[in-house]
Amino acid sequence: MKTSESASNFNLLIRRILHTKAAIAGFFILIVLAAMTIYALIAVPLESFSQWNDPGFWIDYPKSAAPSWINSLLPETNLPNHMIFGPSDAKTQNSSFGGIPTNSFLYDIDFGYNSFPTDFIIDYCLRYGDIPPVIQVDVTRPDGESFMLYNSPLPSSAISTDSTSSNLTEYCSRTFSTDESIRDNLQAYTGLFHYSPDLSSPQNMIFSELEGQVVLRGNYLFNITYYLFGAEDKVENTKVILGGKVYGLMGTDDLRRDLSIGIFWGAPVALFVGLTAAISSVIIGMLYGLLAGYKGGRYDEALMRVNDLVISLPTFVFLIILSITIGSSIYLITLFLVIFGWSGIARVARSLALQIKNLQYVEASKLMGERDIRIILRHILPQLLPLTFASIALAVPAAILAEATLSFIGLGDPSIPTWGSILHDANTASAAARGLWWWILPPGIMIAAAGISFALIGSAIESVTNPRGGGAQSKVRFT
Amino acid sequence: MTGFLFFIAKTTAYRILVVVITVVITLILLGSAMDKLLTDRIRAEVVEATAQDNIQFKTLSQRQAYVNEQIQLKTKDLGLDEPWYSPKRFVNTLFEVLTLNLGRSNFFTSDSGSSNVSDIMIERVPKTVLLFTTSTVIIVVIGLFLGTYMAEKRGSVLDKSVSFVAVVSNSFATFWVGMLMILLFSFTFDIFPARSTPLTSPGDPFYLLDLLYHMMLPLITLVLLSFTVWSFVVRYFVSRVLDEDYIQAKRVMGIPKRKILYSHALKNAAPPVLTGIVTALIASISGSFIVEAVFDWPGVGKLLYDAIIVMDIPLILGSTYVFTLIYVMTMLIADLLYAYFDPRVKVSS
Repeated sequence: MKTSESASNFNLLIRRILHTKAAIAGFFILIVLAAMTIYALIAVPLESFSQWNDPGFWIDYPKSAAPSWINSLLPETNLPNHMIFGPSDAKTQNSSFGGIPTNSFLYDIDFGYNSFPTDFIIDYCLRYGDIPPVIQVDVTRPDGESFMLYNSPLPSSAISTDSTSSNLTEYCSRTFSTDESIRDNLQAYTGLFHYSPDLSSPQNMIFSELEGQVVLRGNYLFNITYYLFGAEDKVENTKVILGGKVYGLMGTDDLRRDLSIGIFWGAPVALFVGLTAAISSVIIGMLYGLLAGYKGGRYDEALMRVNDLVISLPTFVFLIILSITIGSSIYLITLFLVIFGWSGIARVARSLALQIKNLQYVEASKLMGERDIRIILRHILPQLLPLTFASIALAVPAAILAEATLSFIGLGDPSIPTWGSILHDANTASAAARGLWWWILPPGIMIAAAGISFALIGSAIESVTNPRGGGAQSKVRFT
Repeated sequence: MTGFLFFIAKTTAYRILVVVITVVITLILLGSAMDKLLTDRIRAEVVEATAQDNIQFKTLSQRQAYVNEQIQLKTKDLGLDEPWYSPKRFVNTLFEVLTLNLGRSNFFTSDSGSSNVSDIMIERVPKTVLLFTTSTVIIVVIGLFLGTYMAEKRGSVLDKSVSFVAVVSNSFATFWVGMLMILLFSFTFDIFPARSTPLTSPGDPFYLLDLLYHMMLPLITLVLLSFTVWSFVVRYFVSRVLDEDYIQAKRVMGIPKRKILYSHALKNAAPPVLTGIVTALIASISGSFIVEAVFDWPGVGKLLYDAIIVMDIPLILGSTYVFTLIYVMTMLIADLLYAYFDPRVKVSS
């Protein structure tokens, strides 16, 4: 009889909480975050998540590209998309040049943007014998001018230690537009231009009108020719990558990483840290405070002295020193947050225990000989459930912020993307002063949104269950 | 009065104890890392000295033996043959840290070229204190007036919107807002410099002006982030006092509204307001440290950020120690203010 009554009370409470505007808004944001988490777990390949800090993985992506939707927002800027052309996009041609067999790949690239590409990369993989092949890259522009960009022998196979069972060596490499020999080769064509082109960014010269530094639109023909000296030599892969100024949903950073992957994976990480740290801190703090308040006397005094000390310690300092010396995996960081997070709520719980322990039903159970811990768990704690939930919800933003702060100063988990570490990278690259807004806005908005959702839910619980409650004071803080 | 003096002494002693405990725990955690650092440094010094002295050796192994012997001699000289946790060495290190005698930095120097951690710190601390105290004073003033005004005008548009912003901005990361400010005020509108390190040298007559100009952006960031939260705290406690009977009675007696608000209500709400404000203030110390890193403000926070990137242990130790001192000082001042406003504290002790 009694349990069903309290259950219906509880349901009523939940219903009243869910009817507040704050809770509706809070849960809405939370659902979005949960959706992002599910999307990250299902759709984003796990590989990109674990390779976040491996620059090699991201090499085919554009550097510091803006989100691609700004092109539809500002049609007149028409920034170039990122373009990758593989062997299947090319017209292949086998011929011979003075008796030397050649293998050419012709890429017909339609470039119709208003702005130059950020860079270009020629990517190739060959298998060859004793005499190294020669690679040559030419480009024929829409106005008929033809530039020889690159001509270089590949390293002789003796250098390469990675020899397979056959006597052929596989060699893969990339030639970047910043390559010095490209600059030297282009030097020969500067006379064609009516202005003096900037050779430090060859792509601006290749794609420019002769009259002035404006994009020459039209079809560019990239011709990659391999001179093969051995009968068994074979081109395995060849790619042309034109670095775009826009890419994907959220753009890329200086290290060419797709920011949307970091943002999506940041959601489960932040939710994990926030919820785990908040729930553990509040439960530990609650039990600690209730035990102190209920037992009273010297026991209480001793426990509260420890509590006072933990409250007055500079948590920020310890978080830094602990992550430097013990480690900064996401689990350890969560543990560190719990070590210092429980103290505030313990004080509140103690003062409440002092009131509740004198209530008749508690005294009655004591007289019946129930054990202290049982009284606390069965009779006192249930009374404080709303407070517990409110405190947990209000502690989550603090925990998320603390983890983000730690990541921001460079002490976050180095193996995974977090919103804080994305902002750390943005700060070291002075993204703000360079105007790379897409690198800065999303992670910060995510941190704020995650925090706000829990803060709204927490304040909704608090306002329904305890209208004159703590108000602005959140009882748990981590830094 | 003696009761109050006793209270001051007791509080101060407790706060000093907190500093000592913090440093002790830090040293326990950093002990082995620092030991390794010191022995590495001795090795480097000995190798360099051997190379400079131009001593001739017949074989390489002879040279190695000589170097090892010198290292051992030096290690013994400095007392490093005992482990870091031996009581003698531990107390010694503790004392050195407490007096800011932290050795040399591996990567950084002060403006005058010294690599002594204490020299670097002495240059940096005033800038951190300047930024932190200026922002705190501005926030306190705005918070007190706006909060009290909001308490009077409860339910008004201003009250609701400030309260909303307070809840929302509590979840904003300080460093992120800092970056937004740079994006807005330096990149989009070229009003303030993106790097807050002044370009003039400290001897220049306009140095102070330049410093203040460069301080504006970090200052605005800190104030913007905190003033709503503080106003909200003040509003909450003042409005509780305003509901009390004696305030209602004063109204009936015809005491001017403004006088009731600012002298009676605010003063009676002072102790809880202080507690609430101190909670917010303590959270904002770390924020003010980190904001330095965003704006390149040449304070201790920026130093800590840079030291962590290259793992310069002496500097990390020094910067966190300065943080601890600022933190504890803030708490001490709050304790004393609390005692001043709440007579019960004075009487009971």
